[in-house]
Amino acid sequence: MTYDVPVAPGEKAELEERVEGSSEGWPMWEVFVRARRGISHVHIGSLHAPDARTALQNARDVYTRRGEGVSVWVVPSSEVSAFEPEAAAEYVDANEKVYRLATTYEIPEEVGQM
Amino acid sequence: MAPPARFQEIIDSESKIEPSDWMPEGYRKTLIRQIAQHAHSEVIGMQPEGNWITRAPSLHRKAILMAKVQDEAGHGLYLYSAAETLGVKRNDLQELLHQGKHKYSSIFNYPTLSWADMGTIGWLVDGAAITNQVMLTRCSYGPYSRAMVRICKEESFHQRQGYELLIRLCQGSEEQKAMAQDAIDRWWWPSLMMFGPNDSDSPHTEQSMAWKIKRVTNDDLRQQFVDMTVPQADYLGLRIPDPDLKWNEERGHYDFGPIDWEEFWRVVRGSGPMNRDRVEHKKRAWDEGTWVREAASAHAAKQQRRAA
Amino acid sequence: MIASGPQGMAAKALSPEIAELVSYGDDNLVLAQRLGEWISNAPELEIDIALGNIALDHLGVARALYTYAGEVEGEGRTEDDFAMRRTEREFRNVLLVEQPNGDFAHTIVRQFFFDVYSQILWSGLADGDDNTGAGIAGRAVKEAAYHFEFSSSWLIRLGDGTEESHRRAQAAVDALWRFTAEIASDEWLARVSSVFETAGLAIPDDPYQRVGGRDGYHTEHLGFLLAEMQWMDRAYPGLEW
Repeated sequence: MTYDVPVAPGEKAELEERVEGSSEGWPMWEVFVRARRGISHVHIGSLHAPDARTALQNARDVYTRRGEGVSVWVVPSSEVSAFEPEAAAEYVDANEKVYRLATTYEIPEEVGQM
Repeated sequence: MAPPARFQEIIDSESKIEPSDWMPEGYRKTLIRQIAQHAHSEVIGMQPEGNWITRAPSLHRKAILMAKVQDEAGHGLYLYSAAETLGVKRNDLQELLHQGKHKYSSIFNYPTLSWADMGTIGWLVDGAAITNQVMLTRCSYGPYSRAMVRICKEESFHQRQGYELLIRLCQGSEEQKAMAQDAIDRWWWPSLMMFGPNDSDSPHTEQSMAWKIKRVTNDDLRQQFVDMTVPQADYLGLRIPDPDLKWNEERGHYDFGPIDWEEFWRVVRGSGPMNRDRVEHKKRAWDEGTWVREAASAHAAKQQRRAA
Repeated sequence: MIASGPQGMAAKALSPEIAELVSYGDDNLVLAQRLGEWISNAPELEIDIALGNIALDHLGVARALYTYAGEVEGEGRTEDDFAMRRTEREFRNVLLVEQPNGDFAHTIVRQFFFDVYSQILWSGLADGDDNTGAGIAGRAVKEAAYHFEFSSSWLIRLGDGTEESHRRAQAAVDALWRFTAEIASDEWLARVSSVFETAGLAIPDDPYQRVGGRDGYHTEHLGFLLAEMQWMDRAYPGLEW
């Protein structure tokens, strides 16, 4: 099976993505799920909902159908902040401070686990 | 590093492109088109199987089918979300589907005529989908690849329940076996068509492969699917409706007969048995739901005003 | 009363204990069947998935109750014997659940009325002496709590949302109120009234009520629901699927 759109011989691929007459729709929310007690909530996906209560209900129904979590958070997607894309790579890049990594340090074997 | 060079470096190193990264316009548009078609396929795919939920022959089968069709709504939702990271709105994509400007996998334009179709769709159609989706977990676009990982986990239940359903039929009465054979007779060729035109007729494959959106060509995936499926049909004792199908020792693959591409293009262009019904059904459900969506938005706005 | 069953088997009177299990099973199965009709027809993808979850919960409760009823009866009847091989007159579900889906407001109001009933019913049975029964009730009461969260919040959204949604929600209440005598109690009325107040909906002053589901006197809608649901089993009797 393929999901690339087949283009018939002699026809041109349309790349239309904007459309007249569609409504704005419910805003988007990001969903975070805690898989089990003792670990953090992790981003699991997104969905649409008119308000927080509906977003929580939708998150429960969409993202925990197979017992994926014991706790759910929802956050409006518009409330998530990030660095500008151009700056992000430089600000958040893995830097050269290898001395921060535990594996940098050699401990003699006879000392044992540290 | 200049953004285009950085983009190429990420692609070359088998890392993933993320939504905020610079990407060529063609890459973005190709992804939107493909992810939208994929999402539409999941959502339209609910109809042929939903057709049998109220008629499932046992409560156990009813529960399985209901869960499966519901999963497909979930898959559509994950995929629309992945498309939305590229700057399009779900409502716009759905509207394009309603207006007939967007397509979905043509297989869903065939009708489900017996209970055996529920097994055959799981086995062949979901089997074909998994072949493709496993490849797509390695796609270069992060959100699409992540959606695929999640979907593949769920799809494996879909394929296995379908095959198990057919085992039941094939070990059952003569009527049940005949029902299963009739289903494979109808679904085999459309399933092979699902992999898309031959590589020689797929002008965009090369670019998609270079961008690592697509990792394996249509013909290679189709061959992989046939090789995997023939022994499974043998186990069921079902005959694959292709007189040319035989093992080719030299190639190490099954040879199979020519695909009726005229039929394929006819259905893609809208003349399959169920094209109109599928889109009309979807559009009717959407239109009838307008007042509900608006009511929820209006209530949310009122609540916000009350809180202020 | 002896009625001829679909397999030529005489339908026999059930003991009160089994009849009770089966009647709750029927409520849940018939409602699951109705909700199953929604799939691919909901106003949004998220709602499609939510209705699917609720349908699966009801179906699960029905299966557990039928299986248990079969064990108590001790004559080897399975869940499918109860679901697929009884006639309209043998079904014991309340009239409310067999009513057609109508628009989304009808479905939500039907669900809401039933969810309040289920919560009261199952929390009463969850502490019972009968272990299996209490186990089923314990699971059902948790599920009913979430169904209530879903249906009551949607009822409020519809009642409060727009002029049109308010009109439709009130019309659904007016149409379905006549089927509530079979599930109502003082506690039921208090809980319903409290949500109605938030939703801005009114209880109809029409006292007319239809009852009879628990005795097998149904509305005409149930026959078609069963005809569709039981078709395969009747067309191919005795096969495994």
